[in-house]
Amino acid sequence: MEGAFILEKLILVVIVFTVSLVIAMYSTLAERKIAGFMQDRHGPHRAGPFGLLQPLCDGGKFFFKEEIIPAGAHKGLFILGPTLAIITACISSAVIPWGQTLEIAGREVSLQVADINVGILYIFGVVALGVYGIMLGGWASNNKFSLMGAIRAASQSISYEIAMGLSIIALLMVTGTLSMGEIVAQQSGFVNWNIWVQPIGFLVFITCAFAECNRVPFDLPECETELVGGYHTEYSSMKLGLYMFSEYINMFVSSALMAALYFGGYNFPFMYDLGLSQNWITIIGVLVFFFKIFGFIFFFMWIRWTLPRFRYDQLMNLGWKMLIPLAIANIVLTAVVTIIKDMYF
Amino acid sequence: MNFWERIYLPSIVKGLGITIRHFFKKIPTIKYPEEQRPYSKNFRGQHSLKRDEQGRERCTACGLCALSCPAEAITMTAAERTKGEEHLYREEKYAAVYEINMLRCIFCGLCEEACPKEAIYLDGPHVTADYLRKDFIYGKDKLVEPVFDIKKLNQENTN
Repeated sequence: MEGAFILEKLILVVIVFTVSLVIAMYSTLAERKIAGFMQDRHGPHRAGPFGLLQPLCDGGKFFFKEEIIPAGAHKGLFILGPTLAIITACISSAVIPWGQTLEIAGREVSLQVADINVGILYIFGVVALGVYGIMLGGWASNNKFSLMGAIRAASQSISYEIAMGLSIIALLMVTGTLSMGEIVAQQSGFVNWNIWVQPIGFLVFITCAFAECNRVPFDLPECETELVGGYHTEYSSMKLGLYMFSEYINMFVSSALMAALYFGGYNFPFMYDLGLSQNWITIIGVLVFFFKIFGFIFFFMWIRWTLPRFRYDQLMNLGWKMLIPLAIANIVLTAVVTIIKDMYF
Repeated sequence: MNFWERIYLPSIVKGLGITIRHFFKKIPTIKYPEEQRPYSKNFRGQHSLKRDEQGRERCTACGLCALSCPAEAITMTAAERTKGEEHLYREEKYAAVYEINMLRCIFCGLCEEACPKEAIYLDGPHVTADYLRKDFIYGKDKLVEPVFDIKKLNQENTN
């Protein structure tokens, strides 16, 4: 591996990391602003114009607060919880293809940090690891409510992982590859987007994405009305900040995943018919990709301020008795349609 | 529940429609202090001790306002007008110290109704916040209205 390759990957990693942190930061502001507009009030508007400096104030607040570790808590695991959460949230953005290739100084630079051929499997593995962060936090807090929150989070996560995996199997039957770069490359233009061939799969996937990110209506692990704070009750200052941040980064990565798998990623209609150079197609593709991601993030927040929360047994019922059969039916349907297509067309 | 109610999706879509309608509505919140709502015509705000056309203080420290105040917010100390002060005070008795405790005051306006000299009116803005209790006891420096030029005011009124 030459030095130029390592350098370009390093720069790409730093850029992706910074971008996901900045987007997570401003997602906190966007959440409060959108919540305000939907509730007929302004969101934060004092810190800077339109409240744009509010995330900096929140970050500063987290730095200056006192770090409290409860007396009976297991110190090592207490600190390990949010660490795991933020690490798994950040590394899952490594396999997402942000754009096609850029031509810089004669080299073809791919805008995907790691184009491994099991990209989706990698993401599932990382998401499954993310559950540990929550469980450790709840257990190490030495607090009944945190433990309840952690138990609920763990069971919710593993239940909805299954349905998510099943919907991805159906997608796999259509695309024939697990590599993220190839899945997005197959969706050039507009009519090739996977949403047209897998609508039910997308529905199952988006429901499971909500559950994996612990977002309303599935935010039982951290609801305030039932569990005080859930798994992050005993956390203060930076560790709490890391938990909240990891939730927003997870939301960002889930949105990127949905946009890439079902809505064509960096592809936009008429992309090859406009006669643009490769660099311009890539740059516009990146902008279009981020536009789709922001659309999904808005959808996450829109749903949050519309729906009430699921009760625990309703949540489990939905995950096991409704989504898994639906996902399996989707697989069967996809298989049947594929066979009919091969036989007659 | 029928099939469409059981899958929740139609009601979710209806709910999303309601929320997005509210997203685009005009927000009724006012960003104080950059924007302020106007007071009504009969609003009773801070007190102001008035002067006559020659700029002399009207208040004669008769104590009727303190007597009528239901919250006992007004206190005063009277003094006698000396030789060189005829341009400052109307009559021989005036209030050397006149204090209203804004935390006690209920802004009822009974002092305004009781005053025989038309000296006190409740026509100011609302009392703003402060940090210490002692800063809410307004003395003459905050209550007496500033000196005005009657000729200029009459000109402005006729214009």
